[in-house]
Amino acid sequence: MKTFLKAATLALSLGASTLAMAEPVKIGLITTLSGGGAGLGVDTRDGFMLAIKQSGNKDVTVITEDDAQKPELAVQIADKMIQSDEVDILTGIVWSNLLMAVVPGAVAQGKIYVSTNAAPAALAGEKCDPLYFNAAYQNDNLHEAMGEYANKGYKKMFIMAPNYPAGKDSLTGFKRYFKGAVANEVYTQVGQTDYAAEIAQIRASGADGVFAFLPGGMGIAFMKQYAQSGVKIPVMGPGFSFSQDVLPAIGDAALGAKASGQWAKDLDNAANKKFVPAFEKEYGRLPSIYAVQAYDAAQLILSAASKASVKDTAAFTAELKKADIQSPRGKFKFNTNRHPIQDIYVTEVVKDGGVLTNKIIEKIFTDHGDAYAQACKK
Amino acid sequence: MTRENILNLVLALALLAVPFIAQAAGQPFTITLATRIAILALAATGLNIALGLGGLVSFGHAAFFGVGGYVAGILSSHAFSGDPMLFGLSGSKQMLVVWLVAMMTAGVLGLAIGAISLRTSGVYFIMITLAFAQMVYYFAISWPAYGGEDGLSIVVRNQFPGVNTMRPMNFFLICYGVLLVGILLSALIRSSRFGAALQAVRQNDVRVASIGISPMPIRLTAFVLSAMLTAVAGALYADLNRFVSPSMLSWHMSGELIVLIILGGTGRLMGPVAGAALYVIFEYLLGGLTERWQFFLGLILLATVLFARGGLIGLVAGKVRHG
Amino acid sequence: MTFALAIEQLLNGVQLGVMLFLMAAGLTLIFGVMGLINLAHGSLYMVGAFACATVAAFTGSFWLGLVASLAASAAAGALIEITVIRRLYARDHLDQVLATFALILIFSEGMRWLFGSFPLYLDIPPLLEGAVALPGGAQYPLYRLAIILAGALVALGLYGLISRTRLGMRIRAGESDREMIAALGVDIRTLYTLVFALGAALAGFAGGMVGALQSVQVGMGEPVLILAFVVIVIGGIGSIKGALIGALLVGVVDTMGRLLLPQVLSLMVPPAQAGLIGGALASMLIYILMAVILAVKPRGLFPAQA
Repeated sequence: MKTFLKAATLALSLGASTLAMAEPVKIGLITTLSGGGAGLGVDTRDGFMLAIKQSGNKDVTVITEDDAQKPELAVQIADKMIQSDEVDILTGIVWSNLLMAVVPGAVAQGKIYVSTNAAPAALAGEKCDPLYFNAAYQNDNLHEAMGEYANKGYKKMFIMAPNYPAGKDSLTGFKRYFKGAVANEVYTQVGQTDYAAEIAQIRASGADGVFAFLPGGMGIAFMKQYAQSGVKIPVMGPGFSFSQDVLPAIGDAALGAKASGQWAKDLDNAANKKFVPAFEKEYGRLPSIYAVQAYDAAQLILSAASKASVKDTAAFTAELKKADIQSPRGKFKFNTNRHPIQDIYVTEVVKDGGVLTNKIIEKIFTDHGDAYAQACKK
Repeated sequence: MTRENILNLVLALALLAVPFIAQAAGQPFTITLATRIAILALAATGLNIALGLGGLVSFGHAAFFGVGGYVAGILSSHAFSGDPMLFGLSGSKQMLVVWLVAMMTAGVLGLAIGAISLRTSGVYFIMITLAFAQMVYYFAISWPAYGGEDGLSIVVRNQFPGVNTMRPMNFFLICYGVLLVGILLSALIRSSRFGAALQAVRQNDVRVASIGISPMPIRLTAFVLSAMLTAVAGALYADLNRFVSPSMLSWHMSGELIVLIILGGTGRLMGPVAGAALYVIFEYLLGGLTERWQFFLGLILLATVLFARGGLIGLVAGKVRHG
Repeated sequence: MTFALAIEQLLNGVQLGVMLFLMAAGLTLIFGVMGLINLAHGSLYMVGAFACATVAAFTGSFWLGLVASLAASAAAGALIEITVIRRLYARDHLDQVLATFALILIFSEGMRWLFGSFPLYLDIPPLLEGAVALPGGAQYPLYRLAIILAGALVALGLYGLISRTRLGMRIRAGESDREMIAALGVDIRTLYTLVFALGAALAGFAGGMVGALQSVQVGMGEPVLILAFVVIVIGGIGSIKGALIGALLVGVVDTMGRLLLPQVLSLMVPPAQAGLIGGALASMLIYILMAVILAVKPRGLFPAQA
């Protein structure tokens, strides 16, 4: 009897798993493949597809479309993917504003969304949704980490960010943990390319440290100009300011800059040691954090798909929430609001064999969640 | 019936028929495309009053398009949250109210921009309208109350009496209806005494001035009317996307609106419709084929300007007949 | 605000003004001589920056890169003049705006095709690295001083070219009466191509120099283009002198506005709010300036005789 039961359970579980595997999963990947922000989208796509390729799972199809970093285009693509292509899961959007445009509509239509990057506060707290998962972080996390880091040895900080909601959230996040004085709080124009005026203000401010959240081209311009200015006050920022995609462009000016991140290429764990060379081999360049986040998002979906049918939304999201994956980031689990709980590190830009890269210097937060999780009741 | 009139009728009927065929064929997304065509055509019809009839090359109509969108977004977000707006007014979810407010707001803005811009002409007018639109754009980007750079989501589409607007077909029919009204209006303006004066001012303002008609009020009226119509399109566009952001105000948007008119055929009543249809179809087809679709769009546009000045309608229906 | 900060910001404004002048001079020259409004001028700036970055990366010399930026942008300018722009002189401004708008799409997507989506990098030449001390205790990056100097030299050179040389004489003649100089037997087609290439080279030169300060990426020309338009509208379209004064005015007002507005506002509202609102107002400031100037002088400060 016992053996029979065992065999039956085995058969059942085998049957169940093959059933789930056989259920095809259709994923809509909307990301930025043209325009100024394309670098981030390309890394997102490549990281995501690497995980799909490695899994060898033939039941998963991914439809990729370019949002050109335009919110209205992203909404249209999402509508098309949901209505015409009948995808089960959406993912891939890089920018918070595009995400805010797409996600409320997508989850209202019963589709699961797994974010590979953008994580606005609005979707982490009161307005969280059981179908919305974030595989990256919560937007404030990396800024909070730098605020905590600045407590060690900095008394007066000059803080700056672009004049848009994510910029405001950034400085709020920094101040949430930083206990010293703020010399000046400066909001720059979005897409600004010349920071001479701000650098002059930094020089005159008497601050002993600078925190700058300037993603993409803005950070490149600022760092290059800062290095030439003769101002020696140390600069720090969230990981986006010094991620692998912008480091070559900043050049040696970035050396020594401190940044926060939930991943770096030298992170010591088995999954990372497998991931970095695999990505390099496949695409001929080093992965950025965007690639890692997308890689994990794909892993999460694959893992859930192997255990539950995507048509059974409740079961599928329950499996997603277990986050049964080997992340290159090391420890990874979901908080109650389906945003990550993870370790956050401080890195320093160094030259490794002639290539600029981020090297971890210390762990600043262990199992860090976000400030909004408690407000999420769904 | 002239060939152009037949073509106009075919265009209007085709745009109406496509969504029904798409729905029957199980291609609901095509309805969204058709809705987009109708809305962009309406915006370009608005611009065409200034540009086609009045010869006023406004490179800043995105300002009115975006303002219409923001009116829809702001009113619905206040209606949703229940917070009062400026002067204690409450928001609204009713499209009819939204359109009215959009027209009023854009009208006032158009009056201000027009009053300064119309003092200039030619290239100066192009540049100054561009600069005013940039001003509005930067304001929207840096004003944090309504999302700034991130834009503003409209959770539920605004309502129209007796219709469920969330259903794509219903929303298309509303947009199509408004487009027809817009085209009718622009046809009425064209054949009115005011329209005649406007076209005369375009052709020779000195002569018009010499017979005792002052060109400035005529141009300003045309500019304001044009702004108001474009703003309604903006409000619909916001409802279509359920989202509004500064990108609706960007100078690329202004450029695209002009492109629509040229693709269809300058000075044609249905030019904007033909242009919008071509543009959306190009974007959709090319975008499906290659990530580099903007490159080919540029080539097509260049060829249109250089070699096919009459646009689509000019190609099919022959030259404009003056008389 | 200390004296040193004020001096530094003033220099920053002048440096921005000089860059804008290089862009605006080409735009206004092309408009003055050929009556053409060229939206694709920002693309030529981008071509210059990409050429500089590519050649500098290949040869290791910034200076060769700068030469390449001049050559590449002039060549690109001549090419589009011969293939496209030439057909537009007789057209109205609407056609010109559209055709050059199409060129922007082609250039931007084409560059992305050739160079990919990642920004290129370009380092400041070792000779010009670091900062120098100014009288009054301020420090200022040497490279930015060099840009100011280069811009001033170009302005002088342009003045010499237009007022002293045969080419300049023809340019002036073209500005005052296009039909007439053609009737007098001047090879107008070549003249137009030359003027267009000259304007393109100035934009490319600006792009190459700025590339070392910023990132070299697709779309970098557009914000500069719009500022350059503001400059020539303020200065009076077609006037080189107007472009110079307009550029310096826009450069200084923009820089000072970004510094002063938040400070003035912080006397009235909390600092975080002042930063946000001040930033918003500062980004609109030059457009407000332009509106005010045009309301008073609809043809700009130095209207070209036309």
